[in-house]
Parts: sequence; C-alpha cells; structure tokens
Amino acid sequence: MKYRRAGIVASILLLATYGPVIADVLPDDRADILYHLYDGGGVTIDGPSILVRKKVGKSISFVANYYVDMISSASIDVVTTASPYTEERLQKSIGMDYLRGNTTMSISVTNSEESDFTSDSYSFSVSQGMFGDLTTLTLAYSLGKDEVRRSDDDTFVREADRQFYSVGLTQIMTRNLIMGMNVETITDEGFLNNPYRTVRYVDSSNPIGYSYEAELYPNTRTSTAIGIKARYYLPYRAAIQGEYRFFTDTWGILSHTGAISYTHPWGAWTFTGKYRHYTQGQADFYSDLFPRSEATNFRGRDKELSKFVSQNFRLQASYAFLQDGWGFVDKGTVNLIYDQLLIDYDNFRDLTTGALVGEEPAYRLDAGVYQLFISFWF
Amino acid sequence: MKATLIFRLLLPILLLAGLSACGPIEPWVKPYERDRLADPIMSLDPDPVSTAYIQHVFEAREGARGGEGSAGGGCGCN
Repeated sequence: MKYRRAGIVASILLLATYGPVIADVLPDDRADILYHLYDGGGVTIDGPSILVRKKVGKSISFVANYYVDMISSASIDVVTTASPYTEERLQKSIGMDYLRGNTTMSISVTNSEESDFTSDSYSFSVSQGMFGDLTTLTLAYSLGKDEVRRSDDDTFVREADRQFYSVGLTQIMTRNLIMGMNVETITDEGFLNNPYRTVRYVDSSNPIGYSYEAELYPNTRTSTAIGIKARYYLPYRAAIQGEYRFFTDTWGILSHTGAISYTHPWGAWTFTGKYRHYTQGQADFYSDLFPRSEATNFRGRDKELSKFVSQNFRLQASYAFLQDGWGFVDKGTVNLIYDQLLIDYDNFRDLTTGALVGEEPAYRLDAGVYQLFISFWF
Repeated sequence: MKATLIFRLLLPILLLAGLSACGPIEPWVKPYERDRLADPIMSLDPDPVSTAYIQHVFEAREGARGGEGSAGGGCGCN
C-alpha cells in the first residue's frame, strides 16, 4: 500500500522561474544535471533531474526538464498503518519563451506519472519590462488535471482540477538592492485526499484503544500566498537575502515562512548559508485522534495538515570551472548543497512508542537533503 | 469568489497602469549603474533546477504552497 499525497503538480514556474530581471532578454542557454537524495523519517527518495535551455534565433528559447523520484518508504504513517513500499515518479516538462520587444511570453506543458497517479499541467505566462527595465511584471496562469487511482482497486479512479493565478513583480530598488514579490492564488476542485490514508478514532472495543477509518477531505480548496524577497549587494562583493511568505487557505491553514541567506564568493568558489523558518496552524478538520467514528463531516490525519514548526539549515558550495570557455561551452559550475530539515509536530503523535492512547509524544522529523549538480552555459 | 479573485489579480496592474498614466517615469537606477545587480551572486534564482527540487521537498511536507516565484510538483511521497 502506498502513502502519498496527491499534491500540487505545478511546475508552472519551474520553467519560467522568477520574473527575469530584464524582461527583454531571453534566459541564457544552459544545461543542468542534478542528483538529489532525501533521507529521513524512514523515507529515502533519490533520482536525477536534467534541465536544458537553448535559444533558437534571437526571439525564441526552448526548455525541457526530466525529473525522477525513486521512493523507498517506511515512514511513520506507513509503519503504523500499512507496509513499506517502493515507487517511482517520472516528471517531464517542455516549454518555450517568445521574446517580442519588452515582452516575453512563455508556455509549458508538464506530465507527472506514478503507477497510481497521473497529472498534467498547462501553463502560460507573460513578462513585461517597464520603466527603463527597473520593473518586470509577470502574469501567469496554469491549469492542472490530476487522475488519482488505487493500486489495489482497478475500478477506483478519481479526478481533480487545479488552477493557478500568479502575479509576480521584480523591482530594482537601488544599484545595490533588488526585490521580488509574488502573489499566487490556487483553486482545487475534485478528489483532494489521499486514497490510502486513514484517520484514527477512539474505539474502546479495540484492545489497542483506537481504530482507523478513511480520511475525508472537502472537494474544494482555495489558497492565497504572498511572498516577498529582497537581495542586497554588500560592499565587499557578497550578497544577503531576506524572504517572507504569508499563506492562508479555505481549509483553515495559516502559515508564515521566513528565510535569510548569505552568499560569499572566494576565488572560483561561491559559498552560501541559509536558514529557513516555517510555522503553520492546523486545518479545521485535522485531528490526531477523533473522539469516535465519523465524528466530523470532514476528517484528516495527514501530518502536513497539523500544527508544526519546520526549520531548514542549508550549506552550499559552488566551484566555477572552464571560466575561459572550452569548445562550445562558455563556463561551468559544480555545486553541492546540503539541507538539514527539522520538523517538530505539535499535535501529530508518534504511535510507535506504545504510550497511552492520546498521550503519545509528538512526532519529530529529522531529514538530510543532498543535491549534487553540474551546470554548463553555452 | 471569482470576482474577488480577478479583482485581486488585476489590482496591481491597474495601479501600475495608473502610475504610468501620470507621465513617463525616469529610471532612477541608470543602465550603467546596474553592474552590481548583474553580478551572478545577485540572482534571485541562480539555479532553477535546484530551486524547483527543494520547493518540491518543502511543498510535499508543508501545508503552504505557491507565492515563491517558482514551484515544484508531484506527489508528497510521505
């Protein structure tokens, strides 16, 4: 039995990314070959991600991404209610940017496949440079269509539609300061919960004191996120960046994200350190232990919907090579990134401890995330 | 709800359009003064493939989504 969330398949801006600093220039031709590894909480996920971007003529740029997750899971959810599993997710994206005057138009298509989940998304965005290219405004729309299946029931097929509306603004403030702001509203409609996941409720007839039943989520969700970033050039050639994001949705989740990072070049090396702090309140229909079966209209016990604090510590080292070019390659970098992710759950309990029902200690996730990638510009 | 949503999205555009109607805005940072901003260390997103990946990692484990200028995707794989 598999445990996964039918999550967002956006990639809307994986290909378009942040609004370009200068809207009337197409992104550089580049290729990135990345290996990623997530290891924590009994879950190991690794695989490659390859991104290639190439201009054709002066006004068109193509981009393609191939991404794989190889999942081996014995997570806290799996060990308490199911059996460990392995799974593979394959995501493919293609996109195109078209530059005309100060305007860049982008389209992209993404497909994500698992044995019991398919998602397709179609994105369109327009970026416009204004005020002597001090300002770049980006409008984006994306439509996602999900198909959710069950590996143990061939007749189970559910659908969900998702629409993204995004407005991004990149603003040069001074000769040392650049800021970015992004407002994104996402609406979901359809089958939004995980078909395998269960909630637990008090059941005195069960010797362990509780039983499980299927989760039941609302069929709609609308969320709004507002994010702002500011990056400042320090006098001795280094950069410091601050970020903040506010998030709220119709499920009652409210969160704040803050981050600060520092980038310091040293010869051919560039080092970056970053700290990210995330807090969220729980969804209205979340409970770790419901008082009885079908106690509420909607119910969920996904720890992602619970109240928690997440902290992330990052170290990154990049080394530039071929700085004078070699053949058709202009330059290259090799990069190593390590992220330490710590999540302290407030009301998601660790049932593996064998403590009294409802008095189990809160669960804590401690994960290491590794990225090794090489980039070429040509 | 839809009308509110559309209004929210259009508001910044209308504001900017209003600003531009007041007359041409002179760039207060001239092109020749943008050498520091053009330094690779000043990029808001220097490694898109890496950014998309780590945002996917966060998105799969947190309730929040979007608003960061780029987004990952796919299953949460909890």
